[in-house]
Amino acid sequence: MSFADRTAIVGIGESRYGKRASILDISEFALLCQAIKAAADDAGMDIEDIDGFCSFGDERHEPVRVQQALGLPRLRFSNMVWGAGGGGCSGAVMNAALAVHAGICNSVVVYRSLCQGQYQRFGQYRPRPIGGSHMAPFGLLTPAQFVALTFRRHMHLYGTSTDALAEVAVAFRSHAQRNPRAVARSPLTYEDHQASRLIADPFRLFDCCLETDGACAIIVTSRERARNLRHVPTRILAAAQASNPGWGLGPSGSHNMAIDDYATVNSRELAKALFGMAGITPSDLDVAQIYDAFTGVVIMALEDFGICGRGEGGPFAQAGNLRWPHGALPSNTAGGLLSEAYLHGLNLVIEGVRQMRGDSTAQVDNAQTCLVTSGGAQAHKSALILARD
Amino acid sequence: MTASSAYLPPGLPTPAADLDDLGFWEHCNRRELRIQRCSACGHFRHTPMPTCPACRSMDFTWAEVPGTGTVFSHTIAHHATHPALRGFGPYNIVVVLLDGADDVRMVGNVVDVAADEVHIGMKVVLHWEATAEGGYLPRWRRA
Repeated sequence: MSFADRTAIVGIGESRYGKRASILDISEFALLCQAIKAAADDAGMDIEDIDGFCSFGDERHEPVRVQQALGLPRLRFSNMVWGAGGGGCSGAVMNAALAVHAGICNSVVVYRSLCQGQYQRFGQYRPRPIGGSHMAPFGLLTPAQFVALTFRRHMHLYGTSTDALAEVAVAFRSHAQRNPRAVARSPLTYEDHQASRLIADPFRLFDCCLETDGACAIIVTSRERARNLRHVPTRILAAAQASNPGWGLGPSGSHNMAIDDYATVNSRELAKALFGMAGITPSDLDVAQIYDAFTGVVIMALEDFGICGRGEGGPFAQAGNLRWPHGALPSNTAGGLLSEAYLHGLNLVIEGVRQMRGDSTAQVDNAQTCLVTSGGAQAHKSALILARD
Repeated sequence: MTASSAYLPPGLPTPAADLDDLGFWEHCNRRELRIQRCSACGHFRHTPMPTCPACRSMDFTWAEVPGTGTVFSHTIAHHATHPALRGFGPYNIVVVLLDGADDVRMVGNVVDVAADEVHIGMKVVLHWEATAEGGYLPRWRRA
């Protein structure tokens, strides 16, 4: 039996979320402790059962400090997925499940804390010691610019319009309006999107994810232990990490990925691995949480994951397919990184779990499977297919 | 455009060569565009790396290339994302597909066009821009 048959997500926890620099009365580390305590409470488990700690690139708070602050007696596994930003998020869930499946841990917490008001901003220049010399002297400084280049090529190849970008922003905002945790809940129209200021052409302000403060966590344990806990367990039907050959740092490097891969989000190999493991096809998905650092990333991901054909991501979105409740594949049902909060995608995993429990504020009727994708402009990618147990 | 008028304002990061890409930047500082080329199979690669991805040979030369190319993609940066850019802009950022170097691309800027004139397919030629440190950066002009 694989880890898909032996493990489950049993707890989800969040601190409060706020706009960047709105949470200054309590530290990022304290928010993280709140989130992990909340996840254990949500699971209905003794927090001392947590003996493994997983995160992914750009997490600041080491497991040894988390263990110390929460007074946990055992640390049996401590693990970080490579890569900056959100690309490793689903990979961290995968590692947690592997550690439980291997019998190394009872319960593993996967966590992310990110207060851009207390530390650096991801929308501003950050030095990149590897590869940065070939970008920064030319003013290529931030992820919005990295992906603007790949998405511009997508527009050129397929005629994708910025109307598709507007639809992604407006659809996810409409989902966020139902979610009391979401940071951006004010109404957003197509006209608002098109009138917002340009950041990196073709991306406007509302094409870019939020800059927020907050922390969140999930707990993975054995399926056997899960049966005695509070909620219907969420199975990890499949988990995968991958990068297309020759991608390297891709758009966060010198843009020398294979020409045929250029206008993608480096997830075609990932999709093969993921659906191969799950034994289902994209048409079997009931709901999706797609990494939405930028609207254009969503369009390209729809194609990479085979939800629509290459070049069809724009029309697919424009037809309303991402909208709850009537779209073919309601996506980012809590508002996503664009409108709920920017927790490097771990909040997308949490929303996937809520959908599998039937607890979302934009619940898809009888949802049995949810795709969660991780990563936008950065190097390798990861993804999950969650299932209701 | 003269060599003394820089396309971007002073204060942006400058190349910090490491042992993998030192040869590339040293040639740039002599106004020579040279791309790493495998001695075994002839495959060009960029950014510089120790091994040929096509054949895994570690032997290479710095091969001179024509210094012409085609805009492969572009963006116009409006939002100031670095303190040096406050009050500056918009400016273009391009990815140039080099002529005569397989599928090698370089990130750069086209210095002599209005922001909205840049387009995919535009032919460009090298423009060596003098740096404050006495070296040169490879930027581009419309061909």
